[in-house]
Amino acid sequence: MKYLLLKHYRGGPTPVEDYPPMDQWAPDEVDAHIQYMRDFANKLQQSGEFVDERALTAEGAFVRHDGEGRPPVTDGPFAETKDLIAGWMIIDVASWDRAVELAGELSAAPGHRGRPVREWLEVRPLFSESFNATE
Amino acid sequence: MNESLLRELVPAVIGVLVRRGADFASAEDAVQEALIRALRVWPDDPPRDPKAWLVAAAWHKFVDAARAEASRRGREVAVQVEPPAGPAPETDDTLRLYFLCAHPALAPASAVALTLRAVGGLTTRQIASAYLVPEATMAQRISRAKRRIDGEPLDRPGDLATVLRVLYLVFNEGYSGDVDLAAEAIRLTRQLAALTDAPEVAGLLALMLLHHARRASRTGPGGRLVPLGSQDRTLWDTALIAEGVAILQAALARDQLGQYQAQAAIAALHADARTPESTDWVQIVEWYDELLPLSGDSPVVRLNRAVAVGEADGPRAGLAALSHVDPDVPRHAAAAAYLHERAGDAERAAELYAAAARLATSVPERDHLTREAARVRHP
Repeated sequence: MKYLLLKHYRGGPTPVEDYPPMDQWAPDEVDAHIQYMRDFANKLQQSGEFVDERALTAEGAFVRHDGEGRPPVTDGPFAETKDLIAGWMIIDVASWDRAVELAGELSAAPGHRGRPVREWLEVRPLFSESFNATE
Repeated sequence: MNESLLRELVPAVIGVLVRRGADFASAEDAVQEALIRALRVWPDDPPRDPKAWLVAAAWHKFVDAARAEASRRGREVAVQVEPPAGPAPETDDTLRLYFLCAHPALAPASAVALTLRAVGGLTTRQIASAYLVPEATMAQRISRAKRRIDGEPLDRPGDLATVLRVLYLVFNEGYSGDVDLAAEAIRLTRQLAALTDAPEVAGLLALMLLHHARRASRTGPGGRLVPLGSQDRTLWDTALIAEGVAILQAALARDQLGQYQAQAAIAALHADARTPESTDWVQIVEWYDELLPLSGDSPVVRLNRAVAVGEADGPRAGLAALSHVDPDVPRHAAAAAYLHERAGDAERAAELYAAAARLATSVPERDHLTREAARVRHP
């Protein structure tokens, strides 16, 4: 089963930890955080559970069709209150429980003063792309 | 089997098929199929004459494809099944392929992909993995590019500037997937330099070699980005630097300055400095002054010049030069942060580094700039 672990810049349930933005941490804390993320992805590659990982910039806009012969309408930059996706990891694991276990581990990345950031991560099962061949 | 030897044969074999009457698009497909077969078969059963093997295999693929196409259309096979006898005339097929694959009608991403396949002899799978797109997508990009230049003659010189731009794009992609694109760009530029005597080709080759020489020092523990001023200069490849400098000097002696030679001259001055403090910033600013009109007054060059002015004449002068640069230019905030830090304004520098991190276009760059903000705030 594949799952999407979705990380948000903002949005989701109320954060449980109140810490400053990363650029205000000590350099060692920044390094430790980045290293944890890297080690986590490497570990999942070793265990055969890693599929993909991408990060998104905070830029962008909403776009929609505005009728024939008219240019698309854009709505952006994003409002400060918008739920904003920061990136994702796709994992291929045996069960929902394993996906939750891994998301919990990712959320434990060290942050300001070395304490786990405990950020909320959204875990979403992906639809399978094929139906059962024996149906 | 030496894979790069095999890949070097690809453009010449395409040329042979085209001279035998195949159209470029079909010839290129046939050679790609023969190449994939060679990669599978040669390790166990190496051919006596690799080029003849590839020509024969590609020709058979071409004839099979032409037959299938003819039968699909209910027509007779119009192509000769047996190749014409006698040695093929030696012409400069490889050079012509560089021009064709970098045809100005092609979007840069298409020209890059087609060049890597037809001139570089990479497989579609390798190119797709290097650019992190599905193989089917890359295959479509390449066949659309070939349709776009369908009917373009292979026997006409093209625009060298677009070829150099394509090679520079490949070089800048660096290393991802299972192909070292920087090394591949150097190989292709080296080959091009052997086929032409334009000083700008030499200039681009020198520039690539001088940048490549610093590769080992550019990343630190955990893949962290290490900026020029903090790099361990003992890791620099002195043989590559010496080669780059020699190629550059020979090019400059011909007195036809262009933007790649000017950029290489700046890279050579950095490579020449044993410590960051001994960098000849005054001369680097002079080279930026030469480069600016050659680059069509590029705002990116202006930005880099402002940073060099900051080193040569002090951070205040650098900030004054930066005030003439469009603030929307990529890395403007990062350059401003650096100059403010040098000028002693840590608070402003930290804010600007954090802003630059938000505007970064790659994860390593974002992480580096975030760390710079943290560093300035925690002296």
